[in-house]
Amino acid sequence: MNPRAWKGEIPVQFLYTAGVAGERFFTRLRDQGKLFGTRCPQCKTIYLPPRIYCERCFSGLEDWVEVKGRGKVFSYTVLHRDRKGQPLGKPIIVAMVSFDGVKGSLIHIVAGIEPKKMKIGMEVEAIFKDPAERRGSILDIKEFRAVSKG
Amino acid sequence: MPDVAIIGAGTTRFMRRSLETGKELSYEAAKMALDSAGLTLKDIQAVCMGTAPDAFDGLHMKGEYLLDGAGGFGKPYMRGYVGGGTGVFAPIQGWYHVASGLFDICLVVCEEKMSSCQPHPQGAFLTIFDHTTERPLGPNLLWIFALEMNRYMTTYGIQKKDIALVSVKNKKNAMDNPIAQLPMEITVDDVLKSEVLAWPVQRLDVSPTSDGAAAIVLASEKVARKLTNKPVWIQGVGWSLDTSYWTDKDLCYPRYVEKAARMAYGMAGVKEPKKEINVVEPYDPFDYKELHHLEGLLLCDKGDAPRITADGVTQRNGNMPACPSGGLLGCGNPIAASGLMKISEIFYQLRGEAGKRQVPGKPLRGLAQAWGDLMQVGTVVVMGVDKPRAKGKKAR
Amino acid sequence: MELKGKPLTDEEFRKGKVITVPWNPKAMYEWDTGTAMGRYLDGMKQGKIIGVQCHKCRRIMVPPRDFCELCFRNVDEYTEIKDTGSVNTFSICNVSWDMKRISSPLIPAVIELDGASEGMGIMHLLGEVDPKSVTRGMKVKAVWKPAQEREGAITDIRYFKPL
Repeated sequence: MNPRAWKGEIPVQFLYTAGVAGERFFTRLRDQGKLFGTRCPQCKTIYLPPRIYCERCFSGLEDWVEVKGRGKVFSYTVLHRDRKGQPLGKPIIVAMVSFDGVKGSLIHIVAGIEPKKMKIGMEVEAIFKDPAERRGSILDIKEFRAVSKG
Repeated sequence: MPDVAIIGAGTTRFMRRSLETGKELSYEAAKMALDSAGLTLKDIQAVCMGTAPDAFDGLHMKGEYLLDGAGGFGKPYMRGYVGGGTGVFAPIQGWYHVASGLFDICLVVCEEKMSSCQPHPQGAFLTIFDHTTERPLGPNLLWIFALEMNRYMTTYGIQKKDIALVSVKNKKNAMDNPIAQLPMEITVDDVLKSEVLAWPVQRLDVSPTSDGAAAIVLASEKVARKLTNKPVWIQGVGWSLDTSYWTDKDLCYPRYVEKAARMAYGMAGVKEPKKEINVVEPYDPFDYKELHHLEGLLLCDKGDAPRITADGVTQRNGNMPACPSGGLLGCGNPIAASGLMKISEIFYQLRGEAGKRQVPGKPLRGLAQAWGDLMQVGTVVVMGVDKPRAKGKKAR
Repeated sequence: MELKGKPLTDEEFRKGKVITVPWNPKAMYEWDTGTAMGRYLDGMKQGKIIGVQCHKCRRIMVPPRDFCELCFRNVDEYTEIKDTGSVNTFSICNVSWDMKRISSPLIPAVIELDGASEGMGIMHLLGEVDPKSVTRGMKVKAVWKPAQEREGAITDIRYFKPL
């Protein structure tokens, strides 16, 4: 008897909505080039990306506040291979960026810096794409760059 | 074992495609249920989430993804999944959280966002067929319903026009349900003239895919009595699964629904279901399934469900109102949320709060049932205005 | 009570009037057939339908399996099942899985095979038959692909046709 395997696939494609909060967040990011979070009055914290409810106290969140694009590197990693395991031409730095008053952090690419110069706690700022290039996606932030001193 | 009551409920609209993410849908339903019970998230001690395949929403670990919207942050939280039976299984899971004495207040949330799955959720459903012996034949989900419907019809000599009455009834009942997706007044003729998809299944025999969420709050007796003067008691629960070798069974009768029903009736002390169940929400993803399930639930004799439907027994003002909510045919079928919607409907009916959908005569006891997988699972909950009667509450 | 939920039209959703993110994963699989299914497929290649028997409950089962799910013990022997049977139930399908009309209808059926226990069936397609004349209980026989085209798959049987 020949042991064998049967090949097949699951034919699915997905189209995700951004949600009520996401729709507003990404629309403003696209149209205004600004980041917004929602503030929980009870927990006194801001969520970025914003949500319509606070997961901790379950309050409905209606207070939208602008979050300036300057933050600190909470943690980072340096990628040397792509998703399929192939080597990258140039390493990519992915960081968690934390902002004042905001719970948690945002994940994005950090560019324009040598990996060995990365430091936890260093200041970085969001670089937005030109209005004509923005689509209402997290990639409307092109990348984060180190804040130059002096 | 403490007695368990439902003290609050909430349901979002059922929609073909919603702006809300699955998290937001879960939140809206959970918040409604909490508000209706006069509780806040702090009062909830455990959360049970029911949601069907990750592949519909396109989110791996979907239970964990939905957690914060379902109020599970930092709490004992678990997601259960048993196909289409999930919506009535999740409250059973919630029931044993409280009946075990481990928790006093448990929130149960069910959610589905099928619109994310393109081009049609059937792509994900296809995997229910065996990859080696069935998928190479190019099946689609309609086949199994059509094969089951045909077997049921030819076993008892039932005609399409008898079955179409269910679709007419439920879509009309849905016109009084504000959350309904496809309420409409149609005739038997409309059903018989609708597009033949996989004979004998026609377009108006099928419930629509949907996005939506539902939630209920369960409480132990000592807590329920403080919070409401109209608790709806869970008198019996039952669930049973059959083999996945679906071609080895006689598809004309859902024996696994009978097993689940007997378990629930045993716990509830129900000896004559036809007389003692006053209102019922059987699972109706297709019109013939309501008939199939009424028989499996022992609420009528085998092969007799079409006759009692034609006689008006299952209308809202009949002796055994079935799907007063409008069911899945009228409201839509966001898989797990639809089962919990049926539980909520019985909750409202027993409290006299179903508004235009209220069945007359002060019903004392009701039943909600769901079904799913590859013709495999029956999940049943019996609810009543009185506390469970049976002294020995073990399932027989 | 306020209704919750913001329905979207098909146009808003698909034509990008609201912010959406597409994702097309390639979920590809290679499933091991297992010992029992492996023998079933080998049988197919040879133009035979293979089943198994459990001596405890005496059922003769097809497709074959390694263990009897009722008795929860290993099956006792492999045996050949006939390639004739009767139609337990059938459907006439006019749409594909993504709900588009197909040019000629497919007739899926559950066929109770002769030589297996009563009620033991497999799903397959019917062919060389007018859909209107298919009846429950109709006797059918497998139409096999020629030996050199068979590859060890359920599709080595093209369809079942009326006897």
